[in-house]
Amino acid sequence: MTPSRRDFLKGCGALVVSFRASGQGIFGTHRSHIDPARIDSWLAIGADGTITAYTGKCDFGQGIFTAQTQLIAEELCVAITRVKLIECDTAMTPDQGTTSGSQTTPTNFNSENLALAAATAREALLGLAAKELGEPVDELRLDNGVITGSSGRRVRYEDLIGSKHFNLPLSATATRRSETQWTVLGKPVPSLDRVALMTGQFEFVHCHHVPGMLHGRVVRPPEMGATVADVDEHLVHGLPGLTKVVVRKDFVGVVAETQYQAVVAARGLVVHWNPGPPLAAQETFFEHMQQQPAHDALSVDSGDVETRLAAAGNVVRARYTYPYQMHGSLGASCAVADVKPDSATVWSPTQSAYPTRSIIAKLLGLPLDSVRVVYVRGSGCYGLNGADAVSFDAAVLSQAVGKPVRLQFSRRDEMMWENLGSACVIEHRAGLTPEGRIIAWDRENWVASLGNRPGYDRPGNVISGMLTGYAAEPLEPGPAKPPREKLRNGSNTVPSYFAGCAGGTCNGGGTIRSERALTHTVHSPFFTGPLRSPLRIQNTFANECFMDELCAQAKADPVAFRLQHLQDSRTIGVLKAAAIACKWDERSPHSAARTGVVRGRGIACVAYEGENGYAALVAEVTVDMDTGAVHPRRFVVALDCGPISNPDGLRNQIEGGILQGMSRSLVEEVTWDNKRITSIDWRTYHSLHLDYEIPTIESVFVTPAGVPATGAGETAITVTPAAIGNAIFDATNVRLRTLPFTPERVRAALLQDGHKGA
Amino acid sequence: MVPGLTLTKQITIKVNSREHTVEVDPDTPLLFVLNDDLGLRGPRFGCGLAQCGACTVMLQGKAVRSCVMPVGAVGAAEVTTLEGLGTAEKLHPIQQAFLEEGAAQCGYCLSGVILTAKAFLDAKPNASDQEIREALGGILCRCFAHVRMLRAIRKYAEGRKRDSVPA
Repeated sequence: MTPSRRDFLKGCGALVVSFRASGQGIFGTHRSHIDPARIDSWLAIGADGTITAYTGKCDFGQGIFTAQTQLIAEELCVAITRVKLIECDTAMTPDQGTTSGSQTTPTNFNSENLALAAATAREALLGLAAKELGEPVDELRLDNGVITGSSGRRVRYEDLIGSKHFNLPLSATATRRSETQWTVLGKPVPSLDRVALMTGQFEFVHCHHVPGMLHGRVVRPPEMGATVADVDEHLVHGLPGLTKVVVRKDFVGVVAETQYQAVVAARGLVVHWNPGPPLAAQETFFEHMQQQPAHDALSVDSGDVETRLAAAGNVVRARYTYPYQMHGSLGASCAVADVKPDSATVWSPTQSAYPTRSIIAKLLGLPLDSVRVVYVRGSGCYGLNGADAVSFDAAVLSQAVGKPVRLQFSRRDEMMWENLGSACVIEHRAGLTPEGRIIAWDRENWVASLGNRPGYDRPGNVISGMLTGYAAEPLEPGPAKPPREKLRNGSNTVPSYFAGCAGGTCNGGGTIRSERALTHTVHSPFFTGPLRSPLRIQNTFANECFMDELCAQAKADPVAFRLQHLQDSRTIGVLKAAAIACKWDERSPHSAARTGVVRGRGIACVAYEGENGYAALVAEVTVDMDTGAVHPRRFVVALDCGPISNPDGLRNQIEGGILQGMSRSLVEEVTWDNKRITSIDWRTYHSLHLDYEIPTIESVFVTPAGVPATGAGETAITVTPAAIGNAIFDATNVRLRTLPFTPERVRAALLQDGHKGA
Repeated sequence: MVPGLTLTKQITIKVNSREHTVEVDPDTPLLFVLNDDLGLRGPRFGCGLAQCGACTVMLQGKAVRSCVMPVGAVGAAEVTTLEGLGTAEKLHPIQQAFLEEGAAQCGYCLSGVILTAKAFLDAKPNASDQEIREALGGILCRCFAHVRMLRAIRKYAEGRKRDSVPA
């Protein structure tokens, strides 16, 4: 598949693929012929001076394309317009796995990969210039791709290397340009896609066109676990434009000449299905989860929690629940596949170009290196939406008809079968001293899980693979082993206030040394997978609301109480910054009257994944005591994500993240009956529309000196449900322990509280 | 045969000031014709149920959902898509306002947001903030770029009043 990269570069005269020794790449860590240890794999300078950069991290609309372009321009000291960035194409870019988990910035913007390649290239170019000009590197000046010696002689990048290989490995000692030198990075460069977006010219995968392309639709089972009994084609027989009905085990689809013909054919095709098993009732689902066989894991266990709790004067207990939620991408997922007898190209909105290539090769029975996956942006995804499934399905359909096929899901295909954000139950017990200090904290959580990202070899982790006969990653029930390794806290299972001692080090953010965090992973009846802030948002909701409960029991101030139990300087930094920004200490005590519309504020903070970004958020809400309606009025967020590549992009992400978090806090919840998911469109799955009166959002950035760049995209959303929940408590004195905070649920809690108080 | 598919017919529609003749089943949603026959990228399939707005076009100046509008029902009414407002070189003031405010993330929803706001303000130039917001009641943006979008629309509305921008 390499010729395309070469062809592409002909325009700027460079031949740049850096091959691994035969076979090595396919079976090594990086399953690619493109060697990430070589400069030439990451960038090329053409004869005309154009810089082409290759990244395995792609943009889903949050601006990382622009930020990566800035990064290359910055490190090579050229104008941003000179850089052309190619994203996620298995024929051209290094294998960087999946673009997810707020990992793009830490991966590509610190001292590895793309950033290191660019820094190494700059140093190499200076070295070449030094030879060319006969002067030491120290004497050279670099400005916009032109290197000038003290003699005044000049040489351009393209004179030194234009269209040639660097033929050099990345140098671990190459020096990044420091933040104080930055002229392109750190600036609010407007996202490079915007003019095309505003004028309707932007190419989404949905408008990708291949000559001779046909249109597909899938016919999904009516319920989870249903299998094909019989496909009756008689009603669609002879339908104009219908090319083929494709059946492969339980996968059913149609291919037609036009989209409308495909829609009509899919509607008209009669499939008889063997029913799937009944579903556990939604009303008692959380209890059901807690009774299932579980795979257990301990994050931390000091071994003394029971003793300490028994000795504590005041033990506080609470149980939190978090529903399944959806990515609910605005555009139903779409992909275009062109499968030939001996090769395939798939234009896909996947977050995982290389893994998707592996899965498609497996599904089609083609050699890995004959399949090419080209990332083309889809509708915003926020995690594992239908992007991978639609790419697999498109490939299967295209192979069946031997022609290129564009496949777009229906709204129902998308919402009924996506990998949902997991339902969770979290139970806390904590002991307080008479002075109001937490002396022990025990935490158990249950996570409903089925499937995940397919990775390189698990098609069955999403619906398409399951229908074509592959199993999801098995859940292996079993007891937890003692935690022997250093705590990573990648899912924010462990509250920020734990000392987090395991494997000989204490890696938590807090001071509580009597600690236990036990996770039970149980079988989910629906596919689950990463949804923006996966498990981190569920866990943080429970951790930060419970912390607020402890604070209320201790009759302490929520900021001061948190600070008392924290030791991590960056979490402390954002907490203090948020408190200052919202003038936390200046509020007058609010009225005891709890009638009509009352107002409250709440705070929550997190060290995202333990160390990948820090956020503290203050929410101010009003609650209508009669209707139960909750309305956030103001958010103040403090964020520390290290050096900021693009402040405009970051603000956009924060605003979007907080409002998405607000929608998930207030209205979003997957529903089902005894057979199937019933939230299958925008009438049945709720999302705040544009008429919602949005709160003000104020953000402050905290940037300690000398820290690396962390993720930022998922930090603010992670603390949003907890901040809102804590504000509801502040306003009403009633604690809501499940999401979403719908008026019905809030009103019921208020009534219950009223009865208790009477 | 399945109900819902009839014989194709030649249909002429006027889109972005140009006439196009297509040979399709008249029941085909206008959206599919705009995307697949005319190659337009602005209106996009979101739900196919008129619930999200991603497929919005203007029909004789009114915002409509092209995913549920049969192409055979368009008749002589003029269709305007996001592409028909302005070009990269000469943006329409509402596109300009969105650009200046950076009012997008993935951008999939923009036809719904921009065209609904424009059609509403064309009909009611002096609308209050609340009225503008209410007019956007059927529009979804799942990236939740609401802050900037509402700011951009307000900016456009104010500029429109100030300069009496032609529609």
